[in-house]
Amino acid sequence: MVLLELRNVTAGYNRDHPAIENVDLSVEKNDFIAIIGPNGGGKTTLLKVVLGLLIPFTGTVKVFGKEPVHSRKNIGYVPQVIPSRVFPVSVLDVVLMGRLGSSGFFRRYTDRDRAIAVEKLEKLGVFNLAGKRMDQLSGGQKQRVLIARALAGEPKLLLLDEPVASVDSETQQSFYNLLAGLNSRMAVVLVTHDVGAVSSHVKSIACINRHLVSHGETISEKDVARAYGCPFELVAHGVPHRVLGARKDGSHV
Amino acid sequence: MSDMFSYTFMQNAFILTALASIACGVVGSLITVNRMSSFTGSIAHASFGGLGLAYLLGVHPMIGATVFAVGSALGIGALSGRNRIGSDTAMAALWATGMAAGLVFIKLSGTYTSDLMSWLFGSLMAVSRTDLFLTAGLDVVVLGSVILFYKEFLGISYDLEFTRIQGVPVWFLRGLFLVLAALTTIVLMKVTGLIMVIALLTIPASIAERYSSSLRKMMVLASFLSLLFGIIGLFIAWWLDLPSGAAIILVSSIAYFLVLAHR
Repeated sequence: MVLLELRNVTAGYNRDHPAIENVDLSVEKNDFIAIIGPNGGGKTTLLKVVLGLLIPFTGTVKVFGKEPVHSRKNIGYVPQVIPSRVFPVSVLDVVLMGRLGSSGFFRRYTDRDRAIAVEKLEKLGVFNLAGKRMDQLSGGQKQRVLIARALAGEPKLLLLDEPVASVDSETQQSFYNLLAGLNSRMAVVLVTHDVGAVSSHVKSIACINRHLVSHGETISEKDVARAYGCPFELVAHGVPHRVLGARKDGSHV
Repeated sequence: MSDMFSYTFMQNAFILTALASIACGVVGSLITVNRMSSFTGSIAHASFGGLGLAYLLGVHPMIGATVFAVGSALGIGALSGRNRIGSDTAMAALWATGMAAGLVFIKLSGTYTSDLMSWLFGSLMAVSRTDLFLTAGLDVVVLGSVILFYKEFLGISYDLEFTRIQGVPVWFLRGLFLVLAALTTIVLMKVTGLIMVIALLTIPASIAERYSSSLRKMMVLASFLSLLFGIIGLFIAWWLDLPSGAAIILVSSIAYFLVLAHR
């Protein structure tokens, strides 16, 4: 079952210099995809197109067979954590925002909305923080709350923007375990500039730098080096070797 | 003290201050969490252009100011599109243009300048029944909007993009918020005048932000604080024979710096 399909999509803010060009991407049920690319490589544009916030110049985007705007309820979006953000809002109230689309205009949150929010907080192991102010949390805790918020809409596809930027390297492992757990019930797509942060839990990798190159499940160092879709500096840093090399013998993580 | 309340104008000053503090706390909180204080300053100063034009055309100055304030608020909102509201340059330009246009219009209309002083610095000692009704009306509109759309206002203030993805009609709520901010700015000008209204809207809210676990509590605390500062300011103004708007702002800012120093 194809959840998300992009065909020949060209999009951006300037028709002569599109941020992404001729992008094909399909996400199926149970997929766990990492899309890596440098800053300015079109990651944000790609996300906006999928979320229906930006209409592509050419090509088609289908989310669950429909226009993205009509299918947003199926996508759980986890934006990048803004570390220094000061705002008087409780963790529970943030998670309830994931119910905005389900609860409707002019209505208050129902008991069911609250029950779902609490359930997601428990699932993410941060229920004890429910009454805390969001800006008193650590980066990793905020990340979990934002995932809980995305899950509160009961999506079938989880979309994460730079999810490990706010997670320190010790908790990165448990963070990926968490995503892998979620992956048993929904497709997970994460977008990042940090190749070193891609764990072997990820089933497939795609590189984006205006063009998108999918590497499927059998990725090797050679694939990445060959893929001109992948920015040179990422390859040159040698960072992929850690992830990809480990994957070859299957022992990593 | 009984002496003080025997004057109708003092009673009215206290009633207006109390009424104004509700809208001030609620809208001030929204302005503060959206980091839009310079936006508010621009709106207030832009409205001066409307005042001048109203004097020139011979209509009620309040009408001119309201039209300019709401117009410029929605204008900035539309121009800044999907992103954060207002660039610095646009704000500064609007701020100064409003003042310049107002001065030119007023010169052309030949208005006596003491009239202007009350718009610039407030006129709590000359509160009319109409002012009281207008302020009460604003409270009803502000409270009604916030009660109806609390979760949506919280959503667009905390995470506009996420809220839009949830299918919330963000453009409508943002427009409503901008109109409320503009109307509140105009009505509060009675208390402190357009020059200081920015402080009245943001100081109580900024203090409240530190001690509130939710936006709702922040609104309540900010309203309470602006009531407190307003009343203390009025007493001081009465006893020391000082301009009331300035006294209220000084009380507020002293409280603000004490809070800053305390932390």
